Amino acid sequence: MIKADWTIYEEDYWALNSVLKELIENSNSQSVLLIDKTGQLIASVGMEPEFDLMSFASLCAADFEANAQLAQLIGEKDFSTLYHQGSDESMYLSRVAQAIILVVLFNKRTTLGLVRLRVKKAVDGLNTILHGLFDKLEYENEDLKEFDAEFADELNKEIDSLFQD
Amino acid sequence: MSLINYSSREINCKIVYYGAGLCGKTTNIQYVYNKVDPGTKGKLITLATEMDRTLFFDFLPLELGTVKGFKTRFHLYTVPGQVYYDASRKLILRGVDGIVFVADSQASRFDANIESLYNLHENLDEYKLKIEDIPFVIQYNKRDMPDIISIDELEQELNPEGYPSHEAVAVTGEGVFDTLKAVAKGVLKKLSKN
Repeated sequence: MIKADWTIYEEDYWALNSVLKELIENSNSQSVLLIDKTGQLIASVGMEPEFDLMSFASLCAADFEANAQLAQLIGEKDFSTLYHQGSDESMYLSRVAQAIILVVLFNKRTTLGLVRLRVKKAVDGLNTILHGLFDKLEYENEDLKEFDAEFADELNKEIDSLFQD
Repeated sequence: MSLINYSSREINCKIVYYGAGLCGKTTNIQYVYNKVDPGTKGKLITLATEMDRTLFFDFLPLELGTVKGFKTRFHLYTVPGQVYYDASRKLILRGVDGIVFVADSQASRFDANIESLYNLHENLDEYKLKIEDIPFVIQYNKRDMPDIISIDELEQELNPEGYPSHEAVAVTGEGVFDTLKAVAKGVLKKLSKN
């Protein structure tokens, strides 16, 4: 049996996805991502970016964390949102449910004001779903039934074949 | 922090390479990056200074094949080794699933190893974690250097608990995959034990 520190179930994923889809439509942005604070990508909606999503997620988490430390140095608890402005592409990051980061990628088809407004609403929706999910995990962090000794064996074989000189 | 996503059918785990400045953490990850099949690796991200010293972290995602419909991914991170980057080290440890402590075998770096190991304990403590709760592997790197300390002595000082350890010469790749395999298998074993 296998248990992770946290798990995203199918129904929660689709609930999150529908909030993200609504956000992308309402804000006229290009892509929306949900990342956990350790840098793992949870969901991505909208135009598939051309860059490596895993690396992007890891850097976003680092960016957010570094800024939280900066906030503490100037006497703030953290910065709940961050904005990076480029000449064409920009990004807006917002903290959700303490441990999750919402990232919106947008260009000149929209404005920061509209993105900020729509993110605020989306964050409320995401908060509700994520808090529900976290509560559920407290009580039933289900075992993944597919994962037994055979599964562990197979993965160990994968490790042996991938990690070799 | 291991994360299972049922919808994308993925399992993600985070492995951190820890150790004193210039002990070879980045060299380990670079060797892995150069050797693994291109289809299984993502982009290698290095946040380094102009002098090639790690400023924030290196990051390399690796993907195992699909087993029973689930894709397993390891995210490898290094921390910056220099003493004054402690805030960054602490951040990178957040949600760690497995740790490789890279020790520099050279006599001149003996104290730096001890200080770094002590620092690891302190930083884990901030997350209310203990080394014994996390798959932990020690790598004795730079075994090709002239002025090195014996494995016995290193074990005595850095590994009295007897965690798995491997000798290595990360620049040539010797011991790099042995170390990674040991920690990766440790992480999976812990996941399936919970």
